[in-house]
Amino acid sequence: MADLLIELFSEEIPARMQARAGEDLKKRMTDGLVEAGLTYAGAHALTTPRRLTLAIEGLLDHSPTVREERKGPKVGAPDKAIEGFLRGAGLSRDQLEERDTPKGAVYFAIIEKPGRPAAEIIAEVLEDTIRNFPWPKSMRWGAGSLRWVRPLHSILCVLTREDGNEVVPLDIDGITSGDTTCGHRFMAPARVSVTGFEDYAAKLKRAFVLLDPKEREAAIWQDATNQAFASGLEVVDDKGLLAEVAGLVEWPVVLMGSIDAEFLDLPPEVLQTSMKEHQKFFSVKNPKTGRIEKFITVANRETADNGATILAGNQKVLSARLADAKFFWENDLRIAKSEVGMEGWLESLSNVTFHNKLGTQAARIDRIAALAREIAPVVGADADLAEQAAKVAKADLSSEMVYEFPELQGLMGRYYAQAAGLPQEVAKACQLHYSPLGPSDEVPTEPVSVAVALADKIDTLTGFWAIDEKPTGSKDPYALRRAALGVIRLVLSNNVRFTLSSTLFSLIRSTETNQRRLKCSSKERDLEAAIEVLRKREELPLAFPNKEVLVDEAASSVEFAKTKVKEAKAHLEDTPSIKEVSSCKSNHLLSFFHDRLKVFLRDQGIRHDVIDACIAMEGNDDLTLLVKRARALEAFMSSEDGENLLQGFKRANNILSQAEEKDGVEYSYGADKKFIEDAAEAALFDALAAGEGAISSAIEAEDFAAAMGGMAALRAPVDAFFEAVQVNSDNQVVRRNRLNLLSQIRKVCGQVADLSRIEG
Amino acid sequence: MTQTTAPRSFQEIILRLQTYWASKGCAILQPYDMEVGAGTFHPATTLRSLGSNAWAAAYVQPSRRPTDGRYGENPNRLQHYYQYQVLIKPSPPDLQELYLGSLEAIGVDMELHDIRFVEDDWESPTLGAWGLGWEVWCDGMEVSQFTYFQQVGGHDCHPVSGELTYGLERLAMYILGIDHVMDMPFNDPQSPQPLTYGDIFKQTEEEYARWNFDVANTEVLLRHFEEAEAECAAILAQEHMDPKTGKRIIMAHPAYDQCIKASHIFNLLDARGVISVTERQAYIGRVRTLAKQCADAFVLTEAGGHTGETAGETAA
Repeated sequence: MADLLIELFSEEIPARMQARAGEDLKKRMTDGLVEAGLTYAGAHALTTPRRLTLAIEGLLDHSPTVREERKGPKVGAPDKAIEGFLRGAGLSRDQLEERDTPKGAVYFAIIEKPGRPAAEIIAEVLEDTIRNFPWPKSMRWGAGSLRWVRPLHSILCVLTREDGNEVVPLDIDGITSGDTTCGHRFMAPARVSVTGFEDYAAKLKRAFVLLDPKEREAAIWQDATNQAFASGLEVVDDKGLLAEVAGLVEWPVVLMGSIDAEFLDLPPEVLQTSMKEHQKFFSVKNPKTGRIEKFITVANRETADNGATILAGNQKVLSARLADAKFFWENDLRIAKSEVGMEGWLESLSNVTFHNKLGTQAARIDRIAALAREIAPVVGADADLAEQAAKVAKADLSSEMVYEFPELQGLMGRYYAQAAGLPQEVAKACQLHYSPLGPSDEVPTEPVSVAVALADKIDTLTGFWAIDEKPTGSKDPYALRRAALGVIRLVLSNNVRFTLSSTLFSLIRSTETNQRRLKCSSKERDLEAAIEVLRKREELPLAFPNKEVLVDEAASSVEFAKTKVKEAKAHLEDTPSIKEVSSCKSNHLLSFFHDRLKVFLRDQGIRHDVIDACIAMEGNDDLTLLVKRARALEAFMSSEDGENLLQGFKRANNILSQAEEKDGVEYSYGADKKFIEDAAEAALFDALAAGEGAISSAIEAEDFAAAMGGMAALRAPVDAFFEAVQVNSDNQVVRRNRLNLLSQIRKVCGQVADLSRIEG
Repeated sequence: MTQTTAPRSFQEIILRLQTYWASKGCAILQPYDMEVGAGTFHPATTLRSLGSNAWAAAYVQPSRRPTDGRYGENPNRLQHYYQYQVLIKPSPPDLQELYLGSLEAIGVDMELHDIRFVEDDWESPTLGAWGLGWEVWCDGMEVSQFTYFQQVGGHDCHPVSGELTYGLERLAMYILGIDHVMDMPFNDPQSPQPLTYGDIFKQTEEEYARWNFDVANTEVLLRHFEEAEAECAAILAQEHMDPKTGKRIIMAHPAYDQCIKASHIFNLLDARGVISVTERQAYIGRVRTLAKQCADAFVLTEAGGHTGETAGETAA
């Protein structure tokens, strides 16, 4: 048994790549070793900005000898066959074994592949790992062709056994392996030789390198919280920043500094974002006031002045940064409070493209505002406020602060709307209309925010659907799945009653119409003008849809236009109408909503077939209604009555479908009481008559629990009917009547859901 | 490294960098005599990073970024500033150490400061170039850009050049402890005629800011852009064989001058606010096309590592 230590020492590895690289090194090495027959007891990878380290314990000294038996030709087979077999096995004839088998004596070849020493295998696997390492981005350097994330300087590869240790020899493009590494770049740069992992880790620690990123994180966090605590403050938690900072230092030294008083009035989010993004500082806040008063920076070394110079430098840089932020904040506030106000920013958004097929941000905002107005009454919001909120909700995209820190979009809008004296609902909507962003993000409840949030997301979805930019597989560059889930969660948690279809259709139609207009060249627009001329002279029927004209030549004269109009008409007949295309796309978008809804409800324990049974019903574009129905059906289907009624329904449906197919008629006239012969039949007839009314009025009242109750009441009569009655009576009149009765079961149950879609 | 004394002026820092890099074997070049946005545009970097010939050069490059003009009022933003640029090909294995040595040479005490290499990949859409490297932080401040060129003008760099770019004003202000660039001593404050950065540049910053933002004639600039573009193409369309001398003379540098011109005119137009978001990309694409064509031409020259029969056999 041996332990293996590998260190790949390079120039500074980007912090965000380190953890993944450590895992990749571990996986590629251990997979390669195991595949070559070298098993091991344990392995762990550690990383610093300059090194990827892998320690493997309990590695075999040799790969095991492999013995393979191959069955050959029969003894006495033609020489050619035997020679071919020998060639394949790499043996000579006297090495073959003869064995008796039920089919006579047969030659067997025993091939032994001797095991190989660990070092030889390690060298091969390591070279392959280095040459094919999956860096997200790699580079060449100097005159060589080797690729690594940054120049690779040295390879330490030591195999340690009880009787001593050896360097695994390796040479990759002139970088030869050894048993040395060096310490901290500034504090202990000398090379040291190591005998194994423990020796290595200990010597590095003495050379001011903390090898384990988790240990660095813990040290930073502990020191930071202690220093903050000593001043009665607390560090703002940020796991991502902690991991990143731990990837920037080998010897973390935590320093706490003050923020100049003149910046303390900036919004805390601005302070925090500026410090984090530009300087990778932690924010330190006063728990009593919530204000951010200090910062924590993490240096990579100790100094004789205990970090005084470093801290002073950092403080100076921060002041320059915050001076910028303050400048943006004050400029933005001045505009927000001025006479033009946030509307002024909207104008510049007419120069910003949202998507080249969907127009500018300003055009998009206009669409969202119109839609928010339309949705407002449905969600209980004031239409004027909703429209106003939608108009200013994205205005902050033009502000200097959001230009500098895009992640503050929405939040800055809220601050600026407040400063501008806009109504609270409007200010809130600036921030909240982006929500919910993820499946666990909070859903807005304030009606104006809900209206704008819905309008924003529905506009995005219909826009991208209209231009055929739908998510495919794992690709969803415009986060449309998230937008659809956002709509679903907004609707459901606010109990919004909103029939989506007509809205989806009309929005898609409007984009579709614009698209077609854009496809027309200027020449075609000339033609439209010509058509106008013809129309005024009443030489063209008014019904001719000039917007859809697609012709490729100019029309300068009315005469020419006439012929072109004819061609265009012919062409139009082959082009699906805007209405057809839009309706197809909006149906598809609705089913995308349904798919997302299924995923969402599945997590809440509702079966997909139950949802399918409800989606098949009228009004499936009202998601709140749909879910209400699905929840009731789910509950019913998990009851005994439900399960049994389903069986009865299926049986009725099967018999009926077969009979209808055979007879070529539909038995939907309703049964006639006078042809009823059996008591169970009569009971079912009465139950269905009662149930139909009860269930339909329950459905009408959207009381799905009552509707399910009505269904439950059918279970016993249905069961009794099938128990006692033979549907296929010799008397054709009786038979037809019974089939019509079965049809009634289907009809009555069908008011609730399409039970034929339920499995089981 | 011996303890160095603290420099006392902006020019002393420049002089020390010159001396340092000269001592490390770089040819100390002079600034390129055209308006450029950054030291990278100097042909000693863009063109010389191409091809197989070894190279080592360092120089100061006055750089212009019209949109950054603040009438000399902002403590660190200028429309005209200086970059110090070092390009070594192939990149030596100890380039990081050489770089740190240069910081020591200009008075950064490694025992007291915190130097960090923070990921920052470099890309120049106008030059069709990219590389991997870092921004170098000194106590949290970015003092240099450190890049291993991977591609320039659409050509893979073989061998790879190591490029160092120092933002001289910011670095000097930090070392000299100055808060406003205009207050920075340009020459030695003890000299008989002490001059600050502001004595030399405050007025010009105002003049250029006004011209850049409000006065530059955009029609003329637009025409100049097109002319530079056309001239670049016309130069490169010439026969390689010069009919007068009978020599093979590919005019990569004169063509590249036109590319530099177009790029600067684009920056001026941008500052005048006459370029929309969509047009912006198109203009950048046009400059990149020129840069690529110049790179294509340069690699056919001797300096570009071409060793064809007509290029002579003596390429070092």
